[in-house]
Amino acid sequence: MTGNFNSKSVSMRQAITEHVPSGSSVLMGAELEQMIPFSAGHDIIRQARRNLTLVGPISDILFGLLIGAGCVSRVMAAWVGNASAGVGYCFRRAVERAIPNAIETVDYTNFTMAMALHAAALGVPFLPTYAALGSDIPKSNGNLREFVSPVNEDRLIAVRALQPDVAIVPVQRADAYGNSHLWGNLGVAIDGARASRKVIIVAEEIVPPEVIASDPNRTLIPGFLVAAVVHEPWGAHPSPVQGYYGRDHAFFSEYHEQSRKEEDFERWLEHWVLRVPSRADYVKRLGDTRIANLRVREHAFSAPADFGF
Amino acid sequence: MVATAAREIRDGELVFVGMRLPMIAFALVKRTHAPRATGLFENGIIRDEPASTPLYTMGDPPNLFKATFCGDMISVMSLLQQGRVNVGFLGAAEVDRFGNLNTTWGRRNGQSVRLPGSGGACDISCLAQRTVVILAHEPQRLVARVGHITSPGNGNGAGWRRAQGLPSRSGPSAIITTMGVLRFGEDGEAYLASVHPGIRVEEVLSHTGWELRVADDLTVTPEPSEGELAAIREIDPSHFWTRT
Repeated sequence: MTGNFNSKSVSMRQAITEHVPSGSSVLMGAELEQMIPFSAGHDIIRQARRNLTLVGPISDILFGLLIGAGCVSRVMAAWVGNASAGVGYCFRRAVERAIPNAIETVDYTNFTMAMALHAAALGVPFLPTYAALGSDIPKSNGNLREFVSPVNEDRLIAVRALQPDVAIVPVQRADAYGNSHLWGNLGVAIDGARASRKVIIVAEEIVPPEVIASDPNRTLIPGFLVAAVVHEPWGAHPSPVQGYYGRDHAFFSEYHEQSRKEEDFERWLEHWVLRVPSRADYVKRLGDTRIANLRVREHAFSAPADFGF
Repeated sequence: MVATAAREIRDGELVFVGMRLPMIAFALVKRTHAPRATGLFENGIIRDEPASTPLYTMGDPPNLFKATFCGDMISVMSLLQQGRVNVGFLGAAEVDRFGNLNTTWGRRNGQSVRLPGSGGACDISCLAQRTVVILAHEPQRLVARVGHITSPGNGNGAGWRRAQGLPSRSGPSAIITTMGVLRFGEDGEAYLASVHPGIRVEEVLSHTGWELRVADDLTVTPEPSEGELAAIREIDPSHFWTRT
């Protein structure tokens, strides 16, 4: 790399302080059940952000957690719950009883959420789809509007482009400038990063730029889109990061039980978020045994690709 | 139920697999009658071979290990919109007599309960050639009319899907329950096509929230074969997903 590039490496606390003010719209959970930015969510809670709009196809328990902590006024998503157990109690309390505060829900489907971000990534105001025709979802979401195709008179849904203020995207490895390698199921990560005004990369590993340039097909987010790079090992726990650690299924089940009642949820929040100053402390709290059980048991490296000439 | 779900998959088909029972069904058909079926997952995974261990979510690391393809959501879900996907499996809190699904607003003791929402279910129900619903057979789940159409079936009857603009080759194909299999008539309404072994028709009717029609040629759902049972035991040795 030439000297024209500055390192964007910051702590999670700095990244949230600087790039996720109250009132922001925040894309998280772009890689679906893999690589959910839980550590970023915890810092958002500790910094007491309010009136956030959460954006994402699904989010496993992260959206519920932020809702329960009072950070959220609006959710734009296809699915909010607990992938291990079904319903999300914090989401239910907020929607049904305005606890801890009322939230607005803007329902999408997975494909229409992907299309909304794809439209913004393409720089067009909307994209057409046949998905969600006949569904009640567009009736309560003004961003999904029926129209007649100008070229063949089919009925279609126009999905309005969605540009989040900031995308928080966990990746396996990045360089200090934000050029990021990620692999596995990608969900809406690439479109999500391109659609958003800012991107925060949360990397399991920071590697030299040469490592990134050795495999440019795997550079799915170029550094010039990135505002901040956070080196945060175990940043996605309890969700998995392929090649780094597995999904902590028990943690999701425990959260499900402990979020059923408000007072238990408050205790859970104290224990796992509010009284844990950093991710390193969180990992300590998880304990050696739990960490050891989640580590990759058998590595499976891909065959190298030859970029020689 | 797994073996019954498996019979909805034909050899060489593209299948939106979903989680739990349909995933076991997909693993089953690969070892029995549909070795060339391909499994699609909306998070961006395509698999020719099922994952080697049971999964909690489609993003669990074993589902990426030795996958055929990993990409983004649009690259997999666009196959649905192109009409290439033969069959998709869905669960639901409620299904009605026309096969419409609700996973947005449930009812419990007269109160509205906010459910997680569509995920990819609405997309699959709109765009897959055939949709197969799997759920427990309870009167509060099989209702005359869903309170909210999250994922459209046949709306209010024949011709409704076309009138909405949905693709002509798409729609509900079967509802597989813990008691039997429902299919859809020309008029778009579900009828009882088979009862599972040991279940009486009256039981099915009393557990259904509308006056369910019964096929003239009602059959008993075939029991799983020895080969299928052996394969299921191999796929799910601890009966994690297949307790019944």
